[in-house]
Amino acid sequence: MATLTAPQWMAPYQALIKGQINRSQMQAILRQVLWPVMGIAVFLLMWQLAASHIDTSLGKFPGPAAVWEQMGNLVDEHQQARQREAAFHERQEKYIAMRLAQDPDWVPVHRDYTGAPTFFDQIGTSLITVMSGFLLASVIAIPLGIVIGLSSTVHAAMNPLIQLFKPVSPLAWLPLVTMVVSALYTSSDPMVAKSFLNSMFTVTLCCLWPTLLNTAVGVTSVSQDLLNVSRVLRLSALAHVRKIVLPSALPMMFTGLRLSLGIAWMVLIAAEMLAQNPGLGKFVWDEFQNGSSQSLSRIMVAVVVIGLIGFLLDRLMLMLQRALVWDKTSAQR
Amino acid sequence: MKTLLELSNVGMAFDTPKGTFEALREVNLKIAPGEFVSLIGHSGCGKSTVLNIVAGLLQATDGGVILDRHEVNEPGPERAVVFQNHSLLPWLTAFENVELAVKQVFRKSKSKQEMRDWVAHNLELVHMAHAMHKKPEEISGGMKQRVGIARALAMQPQVLLMDEPFGALDALTRAHLQDSLMDIHRQLGTTVIMITHDVDEAVLLSDRIVMMTNGPAATIGEILPVELPRPRDRLALADHPTYNRCRQRVLQFLYEKQRKVAPLPRRDTTPVRRQA
Ligand SMILES: Nc1ncnc2c1ncn2[C@@H]1O[C@H](COP(=O)(O)OP(=O)(O)OP(=O)(O)O)[C@@H](O)[C@H]1O
Ligand SMILES: [Mg+2]
Repeated sequence: MATLTAPQWMAPYQALIKGQINRSQMQAILRQVLWPVMGIAVFLLMWQLAASHIDTSLGKFPGPAAVWEQMGNLVDEHQQARQREAAFHERQEKYIAMRLAQDPDWVPVHRDYTGAPTFFDQIGTSLITVMSGFLLASVIAIPLGIVIGLSSTVHAAMNPLIQLFKPVSPLAWLPLVTMVVSALYTSSDPMVAKSFLNSMFTVTLCCLWPTLLNTAVGVTSVSQDLLNVSRVLRLSALAHVRKIVLPSALPMMFTGLRLSLGIAWMVLIAAEMLAQNPGLGKFVWDEFQNGSSQSLSRIMVAVVVIGLIGFLLDRLMLMLQRALVWDKTSAQR
Repeated sequence: MKTLLELSNVGMAFDTPKGTFEALREVNLKIAPGEFVSLIGHSGCGKSTVLNIVAGLLQATDGGVILDRHEVNEPGPERAVVFQNHSLLPWLTAFENVELAVKQVFRKSKSKQEMRDWVAHNLELVHMAHAMHKKPEEISGGMKQRVGIARALAMQPQVLLMDEPFGALDALTRAHLQDSLMDIHRQLGTTVIMITHDVDEAVLLSDRIVMMTNGPAATIGEILPVELPRPRDRLALADHPTYNRCRQRVLQFLYEKQRKVAPLPRRDTTPVRRQA
């Protein structure tokens, strides 16, 4: 019966279309659609009003319309860049084919296209960096958190270090990370760019803590009853962790992971700005330095996009949490 | 009388920040195979402590427990425990909860199919076959407790230890589960130690009722054999003279203990002042 019906949230809209809407469905629609739309509309209005009163050295502060226009420009620029790149490769292929026809022994050299990265290229770079840093942090923080949660000795030993490093700002880590990466990563043919490693490690160092602490708390707070069950069953240490500890701690672990990803995204933008590493942060910085009349609108586009991506990343984690965690009440919002 | 389980001179002293607290002293008890024994006593007297020592979850600081000629010094599935609040793993279904125990105990002796059948069999025994693929949060308190019992039974324990297994349930559900437990005990002949606060439950189910004195340094005050024929029928027993005599005896013990102890602390501490 229930398997073929539409998801619950669609019911009010179906009722609206059929014209059989009741009071509670009406309220659901207001809550889900109308009020949020109103909120955004009021915000845009106030933004427009405020913007027209702010004069900066680069002209008036951009209103919503100017920002929307720049969004279009950025899309166009991206498409043009892609076309140039395609054209470049086409020319190169033609040239190689021609040379080979003249001289079959010639060894062709393929060159990469070296245009400046567009806004969307920077988004891609930032996303890859944030995910790498976040994954590395998770791979370190989850096992460490489990060990800290299981052993009060390790907890006592690690706690001062954690408390000390947790509040450190990314900006403080960045110079150190940069120097260490330069010193240790000295391959002549690097697989990945140094700037990527710098951003990634900075993100890792900053977003490690929520996952670490929440995992440890989750592990410590496994119910005594379940621990007794494990003892009565004589579960091996590994089975104990896998069957009892991990599932118990999973809701807390996900809370930590979501916080970590949020921090990772914020830290990354700051790190990219400061170190001028490729990514959205650099885009913002370049526009700021550029100082044309369009710069502020373009930065504003970046701000909105950064917010949107942060929001989507959080939703992604929430979906993952809903799919993986048994305790549905822990993944409400 | 053959003895399966023996507690000899068991004493338990807890180290607390305020100093040592002697919870149990010289607890002696012999239990025959297949016997159903209940432990009754006032709250905080040390019933759970006794049960946890038998389970191996606590180590007695004095004396020891011998099960089938082996000393007990760690928990194990041959002394399965049914905990007060079911203690099912909330992320597993009823079937998987029992399966976890079965896999642990019979990994070497049963095939996969045999293990699955054994899980299903034990869930049928407690009348939970219809809901075996539900998670704990989707079933009622009584059903959870049934699954907890099935999990314990599925380990084929030498002794089944139950700490107020029906304490959190309403009267009707409790009566149902008591009947189920009596059936299972008759069918399987499992040795059972059960903690209860309910005098009727103790008399209805037990072969012997072990009454504990109040702590600190609690011990066994009296052991009452319940010589009622089995199978027992709760309705028919209501007018049975032996039933009523046993009930009376337990109540008397509990009431006397309370009287004996209650006035004592009042005298040494500051008197309770009444507002006029
Ligand atoms: N780990 C512990 N540390 C210190 N004291 C303890 C500990 N466990 C139990 N006690 C004390 O031992 C006494 C007996 O406790 P126990 O839990 O065995 O009582 P109980 O008879 O099961 O009570 P209830 O009927 O309320 O479950 C209590 O006074 C309790 O405070
Ligand atoms: Mg107790």
